Amino acid sequence: MAPTRAALISCLSDEEIAEIRAEASHYEYPQAASIEALKVVQKHRGWVSDESLREVARLLDMSAEQLDGVATFYSLIFRRPVGDNMLMLCDGISCWMLGCEKIKAHIESRLGIGYGETTPDNKFTLIPVTCQGACDRAPVLLENMRLHTHLSNDKIDQLLAQTEAEKPQ
Amino acid sequence: MTDRPLTQHIDLSRPPYDLAQYEDVGGYAGARKVITEMTPAQGLEILKDSGLRGRGGAGFPTGVKWSFVPMYNTPAPTKYIVANADEMEPGTFKDRLLMEGCPHLLVEGMIVGAYILQANIGYIFIRGEYIEAAQLLNEAIAECRKKGYLGERILGGDWSFELHVHTSAGRYICGEETALLNSLEGKRATPRAKPPFPQVSGLWGRPTIVNNVETLCNLPQIVLLGADWFKQLSLTDDAGTKLYGVSGRVNTPGCWELPMGTSARELIERHAGGMCDGYQLKTFLPGGGSTPLLLPEHLDTPMDYTHIGKLGSRLGTGTVIVIDDQVDFIGALKNLEHFFSQESCGFCTPCRDGLPWVEKALHNIECGSGSRADLDWLRRATWMLNMGNTFCAHAPGAMGPLDSALKFFPDEFERRLP
Repeated sequence: MAPTRAALISCLSDEEIAEIRAEASHYEYPQAASIEALKVVQKHRGWVSDESLREVARLLDMSAEQLDGVATFYSLIFRRPVGDNMLMLCDGISCWMLGCEKIKAHIESRLGIGYGETTPDNKFTLIPVTCQGACDRAPVLLENMRLHTHLSNDKIDQLLAQTEAEKPQ
Repeated sequence: MTDRPLTQHIDLSRPPYDLAQYEDVGGYAGARKVITEMTPAQGLEILKDSGLRGRGGAGFPTGVKWSFVPMYNTPAPTKYIVANADEMEPGTFKDRLLMEGCPHLLVEGMIVGAYILQANIGYIFIRGEYIEAAQLLNEAIAECRKKGYLGERILGGDWSFELHVHTSAGRYICGEETALLNSLEGKRATPRAKPPFPQVSGLWGRPTIVNNVETLCNLPQIVLLGADWFKQLSLTDDAGTKLYGVSGRVNTPGCWELPMGTSARELIERHAGGMCDGYQLKTFLPGGGSTPLLLPEHLDTPMDYTHIGKLGSRLGTGTVIVIDDQVDFIGALKNLEHFFSQESCGFCTPCRDGLPWVEKALHNIECGSGSRADLDWLRRATWMLNMGNTFCAHAPGAMGPLDSALKFFPDEFERRLP
């Protein structure tokens, strides 16, 4: 990739660009790193804005439309702003049989939000995720990609208190 | 000789072995043996003789699949080997155990496999949520680069191999091998038409092998201890051991490496500690969310590809989902069909449009507002969305539990109609 290109990129940080280029070096074509590049941006910013998307596309020699087609296909790429903390509740069959709907109801009553919503103070976003491959420890959720297992209402209360006490990322 | 080639070095109460510890217990002996003592053709011969079948769900003989990869004289064009670590089949939690418990085993399996195929570049395609596994694999790969198990001219020979971890970002369809290749190329994960098969024209049009994590993890011990050893591990004609799991209302859900052909009764009653108090086994999915239901009368059937296939179901991933007598049966079925509907890639019409209608009909029946037309549609869907009418196996997989539910439990549907 031409070194001059970095100068054209104003929105992405040097760190983001370096991480994206490291991922792109694993493939024959830079476009192959599109998903990982979007994840790099998301790691730093929480979500992928139109502006970020355009600049990632430029960095990978793709059109923004092509990259948006990729971004909107994958469920773990967020094209809308999300809260400081992501709660991703597993709704796989084993978690469902062991009561994930009750856990969902408890989170909803505690935070006042349903699936796809963010609390007014921007602290939490709640979304469902597919089977997390931890069915022997159901029900489970991911809190900022950290796995929590054998969920109960008490565990949710502890988790919310702990997460709220921690500084937002 | 071990009788647990996959899990012999796994102990979740401690961190997984690093390279030195793994070598101390015999790690990379399989890779050393195949690279320094065997030709790729000899390696492939052992693999064919071993009878190893793909552990991702389809159960296709691995050696046969690999024999379609062209072997070139130098200068050879690039070939790829890909580990399918996109474990997303509902109720499946076995590859996580392998990668979190012994990441070096998968790396060694990929080195052995890549040598046999004379592949130069490998990718581990891992689902985005398996953060810890991806990190452990990256650490293992870095150790191997330093030691010379990966990189240029491995172990002094003239074969070079580089290995990378690709972390995905959701979508079940990425586990379909041609969709996985599109995803790895940075595209939307829609399946490709076959032929050409990936063995001939895969990643960027080059010969590519995609195999499940568990399949690849079997390779080091197969080349080290031989095909006969691998066959005698099994109780039946399908060779080797299998990672079996049980989840649902059982006392001790979990995942265990056992001889291939262990019965579901032994899994549920012995290893999973039986049903929880007050719950009875109603039915079970033998190997993940897309495998047709089986009944208590099938509990003593050996859990292998051949026997479960004869019952009209599939061994799938070998992770049993137990459905008890107190679960809302239609609700459980709707949960599964909601998953398949949501995860359709949207490319072909029967799948994209049919699966949401299946979910809707089940929803109506669940809520008591269903009609005869809903039930008729469900019956029709089991052939309209089945093999031959769709572009890939996604919708036919979704029809597995539905078709068997209509066959085994017609009353569950009938009595919910107003």
